[in-house]
Amino acid sequence: MPDKKGYFGEYGGQFVPETLMPVLDELSIAYEGLKADTAFWAEFDLLSRDYSGRPTPLYLAAKLTRHAGGARIFLKREDMAHTGAHKINNALGQGLLARRMGKKRIIAETGAGQHGVATAAVCAMLGLDCIIYMGEKDIHRQSLNVFRMKLMGAEVRSVTSGSQTLKDAINEAIRDWVTNARDTYYLLGSVVGPYPYPMMVRDFQSVIGKETRQQILAQAGRLPDYIVACVGGGSNAMGIFYPFLNDKEVKLIGVEAAGRGLDTGEHAATLMAGRVGVLHGSKSYVLQDSYGQIKETHSISAGLDYPGVGPEHSYLKDSGRASYVAVSDEEALEGFQLLCRAEGITPALESAHAIFHAVKMAGSLAQEQIIVVNLSGRGDKDMGIVAEALGVKL
Amino acid sequence: MSRIAAAFNRPGHVALIPYVTVGYPSLESTLEVVPLLASCGCDIVELGIPFSDPLADGVTIQQASFRALENGVTPETCLKIAGQLREKVKIPLVLMTYFNPVFSYGLGKFVSACARSGVDGLIIPDLPPEEGLELEAITRKQDIDLIYLLAPTSTPERIRLVAERSRGFIYLVSVAGVTGARNKLPADLEAFAARVRQVARQPLCVGFGISTPEQAKRVASIADGVIVGSRLIQLMEVENNFLGPVGDFITGLRRALDEPVGKKR
Repeated sequence: MPDKKGYFGEYGGQFVPETLMPVLDELSIAYEGLKADTAFWAEFDLLSRDYSGRPTPLYLAAKLTRHAGGARIFLKREDMAHTGAHKINNALGQGLLARRMGKKRIIAETGAGQHGVATAAVCAMLGLDCIIYMGEKDIHRQSLNVFRMKLMGAEVRSVTSGSQTLKDAINEAIRDWVTNARDTYYLLGSVVGPYPYPMMVRDFQSVIGKETRQQILAQAGRLPDYIVACVGGGSNAMGIFYPFLNDKEVKLIGVEAAGRGLDTGEHAATLMAGRVGVLHGSKSYVLQDSYGQIKETHSISAGLDYPGVGPEHSYLKDSGRASYVAVSDEEALEGFQLLCRAEGITPALESAHAIFHAVKMAGSLAQEQIIVVNLSGRGDKDMGIVAEALGVKL
Repeated sequence: MSRIAAAFNRPGHVALIPYVTVGYPSLESTLEVVPLLASCGCDIVELGIPFSDPLADGVTIQQASFRALENGVTPETCLKIAGQLREKVKIPLVLMTYFNPVFSYGLGKFVSACARSGVDGLIIPDLPPEEGLELEAITRKQDIDLIYLLAPTSTPERIRLVAERSRGFIYLVSVAGVTGARNKLPADLEAFAARVRQVARQPLCVGFGISTPEQAKRVASIADGVIVGSRLIQLMEVENNFLGPVGDFITGLRRALDEPVGKKR
């Protein structure tokens, strides 16, 4: 997976303007060429270790486990990766690929700012020009990350169209890409978009799952019963799920953003509440109205606030290999505070969705059971939002 | 011969093809402007079904689309308007939209509705031939032309692919970029059109960025049709008073295309 035409079952493909089709061909060929390129992977591994800080630990959260009162909870500590989230894995891989393809101008979109920061960091390190598209609404709610990107030399372009969030940032990045197709590399941040992006981003992120597999075997002597990860576009979830796809005994659970509640319509639970459509170049579940217009979404976490989802997740949902649930803003805030108090770890609001669900599940499971949660990022960027939600003035 | 083919079946005549977003600035405007366009010498009209995320469009058509959506325009509305226009004008009507509204409607159902409304063709900028097989089969059965696009970045293989598959005409995107009026057309436009002409038998129509009679004239020397969108939308911004300026603009373009200069083919 995917097949030669870029499909995961019926999902995926390349629904883009003609201008980009040759660019995608060029990218597919370049990426295919990497597979046998040992020098590329040696550099990727070296920088993953010395620049990104890999491997990230797998931590048995003993106090959180006691609190939940059931299954043992392990945290895959992507929050400890350089720039504060799993996003660095993909940014590093694609940054090296872009340099290899001779592209000097990098564009990217960002929602919470984590992918933007990771891209800005990699571009600074590799000496590439960097332009980040970010929705005006996200620029306000994630202003610390905007400042970080600028410090690293990136230009942050505000997107004021549509809902002014991640969806619109991707639209604008694609418009830039269409315009500058010949010399620009689009460093897409999630397992979405046209082929080969869903595959390529998954591959670069699958380092999370590969490490987790080795670590849990070493620490617990067996594979986990459950893996839980939050899903916006779905890159951290795909990254940890992928190396376990053939281990049928490991249940894979994706946690979407229920926002103010699935019944309010103000949420971002694409797999739970969407239907099949085409958005940003691939066929997948999409939150849309009855006419096929894309809906505006809501989540307290900018990184999950997106009406699409990676095509491989749609495939995993339909095939039953993974299951998907949704956690509300309020519950995510509860998960956020719980992890702070129980373990002294501040999760990103995105990851807090997964934490909440894992704790809820753990309580009804036996103590021999094991849950691994992908703690995809750290919460420094979310202090303002959390303070406001808790009625605290900073 | 299809209505679209007939529009190109006049030796020496270069087709003028305007684009309007249905429901911008209002549904009444669309019903008024299309007969005007036909009477000013347009040969085909593109009717845009607004989409929430028009990623191949520049600011002008983005804003027109959002405005039309705010006016409550749906694909259903557009098909109804097309049907009403079919009664008023003889020239071919081509619907232009993104793939998701069509997919959401249901491909078969959509194409049948197009046929009932007298629609002659479809342009879907985010549906390359690789993804268009199913829709192509359905449109063929209903004698509706699925028109594919080529861009300056298109490789020889892709030019051959589109030349094999596009029906009605081939839409040449003048410049790597999004829609929108531009001061200058790219220098390599002639070379691009010539590359396509070598392998394609269909009429070639050039769009994206054309906003002046001079530009139209330059395009006329290498193509069979000239597509004008964003500049027209800009003229329609003022709801009440656009018929005059639109008529002048289109008449000016028509005159430029009809001047007996330049060569074709």
